[in-house]
Amino acid sequence: MPADKRGKDAIVLTDASIARGGRTIWSRGTFAIPTGSVTAIVGTNGAGKTTLMKAELGLLSLSGGSVRVLDRPAGAATRLIGYVPQSYTSEVDADLSVGQYVLLGVNGTRFGPRRTSPTERDHARRAMAFTGIGDRSEARLSELSGGLRQRAAIAQALAGRPRLLMLDEPLANLDLASQREIVHVLARLNRELGMTIQVVAHDLNMLLPILDGAVYLLDGHPHYAGIHEVMDSGLLTHLYGTQVEVVTTPQGEMFIQPSADAPDQGRHDLHSSSEIVNEHRHGRRTGAQA
Amino acid sequence: MNVFFFDSHWLETLGSPFMLKALIAGALIAVAAGAMGYFTIARHSTFAAHALAHIGLPGATGAVLLGLPVSAGLGLFALGGALVIGALGKKASEREIATGTVLAFATGLGLFFARLSSSASQQMQAILFGSILTVTSGQVVGFAIFDLALVAALALVYHPLLFSSLDEQVAQAKGVPIGVMNLIYMALMAGVITIAVPAVGTLLIFALIVTPAATANILVASPIKAMAVSGLDCLVSIWGGLILSAMFPAPPSFIIVTLSTLMWGLAMGGSKLSARRARG
Repeated sequence: MPADKRGKDAIVLTDASIARGGRTIWSRGTFAIPTGSVTAIVGTNGAGKTTLMKAELGLLSLSGGSVRVLDRPAGAATRLIGYVPQSYTSEVDADLSVGQYVLLGVNGTRFGPRRTSPTERDHARRAMAFTGIGDRSEARLSELSGGLRQRAAIAQALAGRPRLLMLDEPLANLDLASQREIVHVLARLNRELGMTIQVVAHDLNMLLPILDGAVYLLDGHPHYAGIHEVMDSGLLTHLYGTQVEVVTTPQGEMFIQPSADAPDQGRHDLHSSSEIVNEHRHGRRTGAQA
Repeated sequence: MNVFFFDSHWLETLGSPFMLKALIAGALIAVAAGAMGYFTIARHSTFAAHALAHIGLPGATGAVLLGLPVSAGLGLFALGGALVIGALGKKASEREIATGTVLAFATGLGLFFARLSSSASQQMQAILFGSILTVTSGQVVGFAIFDLALVAALALVYHPLLFSSLDEQVAQAKGVPIGVMNLIYMALMAGVITIAVPAVGTLLIFALIVTPAATANILVASPIKAMAVSGLDCLVSIWGGLILSAMFPAPPSFIIVTLSTLMWGLAMGGSKLSARRARG
């Protein structure tokens, strides 16, 4: 990420903790995510990835500490944030037309009987064009494939012209081609519009080329680090609780590979779990406040 | 009784004052049911809406027991039930077991109240299956006032209500007060049920509120158009029911429900056919 894109931090957590039903999900989260970056939230099932995103959105309140988003307390900058929850479009009433659905991203929060202005329609139209569904305005959501539905959901979030886009598992249940297309849309949003993007992701591989950093939920604490620091086989093995390797491909991209069942071959950059825990307790991997 | 016995005096029947009142009431009910049916489907609250009518039943029979107007008791109980379900959140309206249990208990309670007095017993069938031909002038005025209030309320909250109906989390993240939206929806729904029960009764209300909206959803994709089509579907069902019941000795409720179901079946069949044709 070029230094000139980096302004104030978009998301700042200070000693944040969250509990639900008396159980602490994660605690002592202190990190800052720079404006204009693409960040993943990674961790195992139940580590609290979605919980973290909802806390940043102000949908869940913290049990301690603070979250500031776009220089305001969580939940106060609603107009400036676009949110696409997990499997959003598969749960909504699919009889609606794509155009009407996207338009709700502009006028969905407005009370009172005022007609939608041409400018607002234009915002919706541009959002659909950007995500490549400009010609599907009249189609019903139910007629679209999973990949196109996800693009419609992103278009709805974009129609409100947000500065920060938050997506929960945007690649889940999509085929490889659709995954690539969604990643391409996110890459363009970040590159061309300078949008700050945060993505909850199970599988980092597809997103790796566009990620600047990642928040990883390790042993009950969220940490932020640049993507090169996160791409460490020892850390990832500990994070996922299963053997993970980092390899460099001819394209220069790094991939995470769960080892096959076969005996290990070649050289691995492996740390023991205790070594990693020790490192991150001493905060060596949390120093991302650039 | 021969169902196919044709009454040659049907035109005279249609011109009578009670029929005129029923026709006006039918139009007013169609407006309300058409508008709210769309939201009921969008919110996946069809079962909660159905349950509201049944929660209103003990109110209706209880009102008769106390010598109060049926609509007052029905409306009060439906509104009370609506506010409780609404306060529990939209998720609660999807809790089918709890809702179904309350529905059954309320129906039982309604029966109990009806047995306590002979006049309530006599009205029981009208409350369960509707009696649009006995609608009073006072009720028609009440329906008109409710329609005006409903249209005014929907004009005010249309966008946020639609947004929160599609997905509460996204709407909430964008700053829509989803708790308030849910209470408004449920309160309006209680009102619609109160005015629609005289037409088809608590048992058949699904066919007047949900079925036409489902038909409209098949035919058009825009919410406003769907509400208009749904209202029209309701109007055709109710007026068709009234006219046909003047010609043939069948109760209006039966014909209303039949027409509504028939239109839904045709729309379903038509869309299946066109989908098959599109596939080649």
